[in-house]
Amino acid sequence: MLKELKLTINGQPYELSIHPRTLLVEVLREQLGLTGTKRGCNEGACGACTVVMNGKSVKSCSVLALSANGAEITTVEGLAKGAELHPLQKAFLDYGAYQCGFCTAGMLMSCKGLLNMFPNPTPEQIRDGIDGNICRCTGYNSILRAVEAVSRGDYKETK
Amino acid sequence: MIKDFEYFGPKTLNEALVLLDKYRDDYKIIAGGQSLIILLRQGLLQPENVIDIYGIKELDYIKSDGKKGLKIGALTTHREIEYSELMQGSFKVLSEMEHLLSTPQTRNRGTIGGNISHGDPAGDPAPVLMALGANVKLASITGERILNMEEFSVDYFETAMEHGEMLVEIELPAPPPHTGAAYTKFNIIASDMATVSVASCVTLAADDTCADVRIALGAAAPRPMRAKAAEAILKGKKITDALLKKAGQAASEEAEPVSDISASEEYRRELVKVLTARVTKEAMSRAKAG
Repeated sequence: MLKELKLTINGQPYELSIHPRTLLVEVLREQLGLTGTKRGCNEGACGACTVVMNGKSVKSCSVLALSANGAEITTVEGLAKGAELHPLQKAFLDYGAYQCGFCTAGMLMSCKGLLNMFPNPTPEQIRDGIDGNICRCTGYNSILRAVEAVSRGDYKETK
Repeated sequence: MIKDFEYFGPKTLNEALVLLDKYRDDYKIIAGGQSLIILLRQGLLQPENVIDIYGIKELDYIKSDGKKGLKIGALTTHREIEYSELMQGSFKVLSEMEHLLSTPQTRNRGTIGGNISHGDPAGDPAPVLMALGANVKLASITGERILNMEEFSVDYFETAMEHGEMLVEIELPAPPPHTGAAYTKFNIIASDMATVSVASCVTLAADDTCADVRIALGAAAPRPMRAKAAEAILKGKKITDALLKKAGQAASEEAEPVSDISASEEYRRELVKVLTARVTKEAMSRAKAG
């Protein structure tokens, strides 16, 4: 039995018909082709599928799509404004905060959720903020430096 | 892939209770889903009906009444408790516990009511709630009942909730003066579940003897459990390091741990012994400071 799902992703409203068993990550990747969000461990451990839902970071493999009905979702595709990268994306580039890139979308969205909550996080809060994201290229320190640079105001957000 | 199910998304408690009554033979309640979705995906649970209560806004609250204590709605997220300004005095341990629970994403989505209803003996909130003397309120279409956390915690992934019932509120009594509480867990990776966890709540009398103490163990038995033999050793006495050591030993003996991939039974008993003494000492020093 298909059910109706209405939600807003990166500012764009969508109306879909989905099976109740569908996870949010499956709607994003398979139905909408938003493959920036990665599917890693598939059991809520790695953080690669992190998106921002109503302002807060969540793991999209651990949310039933139907329970996102009415929600505002931001995925990594929604960070840049046109050709202008988001401050976090610029800082990740400048500080080499990734190697293979598989964790990057999730890392960026966790950092976005962190900065929504704490615009000027302490080093401890930054560490806590990416506690739910695993990077197997050991890029953590450069990620911390990138987030610090953004919170210092080194990068201006395009309005 | 998850086996398909019928999905219901009630927006009020009453709508939810009607659905629980109607589908009482085969349903699962989902709140934040941070535990349930894993079980669904592994095929360990294949419910015909899933009742999603996350949209019931009336169950998302933290209320403080100085005299009566704290009331937490079942659908309050871990994150809300972690950063709530109402977590003061001996309730501060709740915010400290939430900070140790899993990862930010899970705490943003998961709820305290969902966590304890899941009945995992390694869950973080249950031992802390037990040490603080919490009661839980269960509701069904026919009415409400209130249980304490020991009555609620029955067995491995099993609570006292009957078909047709759901958890709606957690009630924490206001602690007497000179009460302190502390919690710790041992695990290998910071965001993991506990290998063993211990919560302790100590109330000191005017002469600094132990007027009351509640110690609760996580992942040390098929359910979160009170360490009553350890408590009995401390009650009425002046708490010294020697006495704490004895209490730790008693807790280690009354625990019923299993061996699994995280630790052997013997290792868990050793953890219970050490952590019981350590956490109770911290609770006592907080009771003195408070």
